[in-house]
Amino acid sequence: MRLRDVHFSISRRAIFSGVDVDIGRGSVTAIMGPSGTGKTTLLRLITGQLLADRGLVEVEGRDVATMSRPEIYRMRRRMGMLFQNGALLTDLNVYENVAFPLREHTTLPERLLRHVVLTKLHAVGLRGAWHLMPAELSGGMARRVALARAIVMDPELLIYDEPFVGLDPISMGMILRLIRRLNDSLGLTSIVVSHDVREISAVADICYLVSGGGIVASGPPARLAHSEQEEVRQFMHGLPDGPVPFHYPSPDYESQLRQVPA
Amino acid sequence: MIASLARELLTSLRTALEALGAYTLFGLRLVAETPRALLRFGLVVQQIHNAGAHSLVIIMMSGLFVGMVLGLQGFDLLERFGSEESLGTAAALGLLKELGPVVTALLFAGRAGTALASELGLMRATDQLAAMEMMAVDPVRRVVMPRFLGGTLSMPLLAAIFSLIGLFGAQLVGVQLMGVDSGQFWSQMRGAVEFGDVMEGVLKSAVFGVACSLIAVFEGYHSVPTAEGVGRATTRTVVISSVVVLLLDYMLTAVML
Repeated sequence: MRLRDVHFSISRRAIFSGVDVDIGRGSVTAIMGPSGTGKTTLLRLITGQLLADRGLVEVEGRDVATMSRPEIYRMRRRMGMLFQNGALLTDLNVYENVAFPLREHTTLPERLLRHVVLTKLHAVGLRGAWHLMPAELSGGMARRVALARAIVMDPELLIYDEPFVGLDPISMGMILRLIRRLNDSLGLTSIVVSHDVREISAVADICYLVSGGGIVASGPPARLAHSEQEEVRQFMHGLPDGPVPFHYPSPDYESQLRQVPA
Repeated sequence: MIASLARELLTSLRTALEALGAYTLFGLRLVAETPRALLRFGLVVQQIHNAGAHSLVIIMMSGLFVGMVLGLQGFDLLERFGSEESLGTAAALGLLKELGPVVTALLFAGRAGTALASELGLMRATDQLAAMEMMAVDPVRRVVMPRFLGGTLSMPLLAAIFSLIGLFGAQLVGVQLMGVDSGQFWSQMRGAVEFGDVMEGVLKSAVFGVACSLIAVFEGYHSVPTAEGVGRATTRTVVISSVVVLLLDYMLTAVML
């Protein structure tokens, strides 16, 4: 999978201006960067939910922009995506949520379908929770159910959008281990969008740092951690001020304080 | 001053035309998807239950009270002309041709329409629709169509129940309370109400069913994915549905009279 010179803007605001990314088969690739820099947008470009204004987004040798809707759907059948909040269907229980893609795309007999669903739930440690409704799950459990649903069609590419947001350390550890374990044992390719530097550095093979409409750095996590580049240092070490300013652009402090409200 | 007013008018006109265009395109898509959606009739039945069965209590109670009021007002009016035995005919024609379809549609918009719009809006706000897209499942086909068809098919059934209960209410007041002769009440009704009158009500409720369901699923599906956006979609559903139902009622009545 590769992106070449990708430009994308929303309402005339440039999100990307010339992004290049390569994602190798079998790797865990992290897309990192400060909030609002377009990490999720990058995922949407890869999955064909958005189309680039200019440049090439290529998945398995095919340009996503030239694909028809049925072709994009066929491509997505080979992808799994874990959304930030799990995005479980709230009117279905855990079992039916995981079974949903199978029921929609296959005609598996109920016995076999049950076997597959329980196997995937077992892989994420929630076989016993098959009967619970999404409202009865904790944030970490919901994320794991969503992960079981994402792998139920045995995808080749697994995409994680901010998988650690709002999780306690135990749940975060579980998800981290699952990312690596599933990638290696199922022979997947994984893309993880996150701004949790320490966590993602532990499982990623290669990291891309997105900022200011482009890729400011890329490479193995250890190399990025020791980078002297100012933007990279600020992000990797969580420095409050730097190329990404602490203050939103503001008028002069004193004159604003003296100003009488209308 | 006049120039800015004209500009505002033009902008409003353009917005209205764009909305009408979007509604038309969405409606055409739903029509095109209908045969395929009917093949998965189980999903439609589920939505008939959600939109129809869950609206039954409010429809039946409203039908009863509307019928009772019709009985009282009708008796008062007809008594002045000495023709109170025609109460059955008046109540039946009023309910079947007008009150049944219109009041049911307004209640449907308030009960089932808002539920549909908020459900779809929340599904968008919580990424459930995006998740379906990512699972290569078309949300219009899987989520919107069953709800649209469920609402459309529920409306004539609900209107029929409303009219039946309404007739019972009118009979309760007219015959049991005001002393109209029971035989006269029913026989005059049987004699005066024709098949065409019943079909007028059925046609109206079918059209209202399509309109209310289309508005609800359109507003919900296209809502802004925030709490405020979902709230706005719900409100718009009720307001637009109510106005459209009354407008369509006038147009259909004018054509069919």
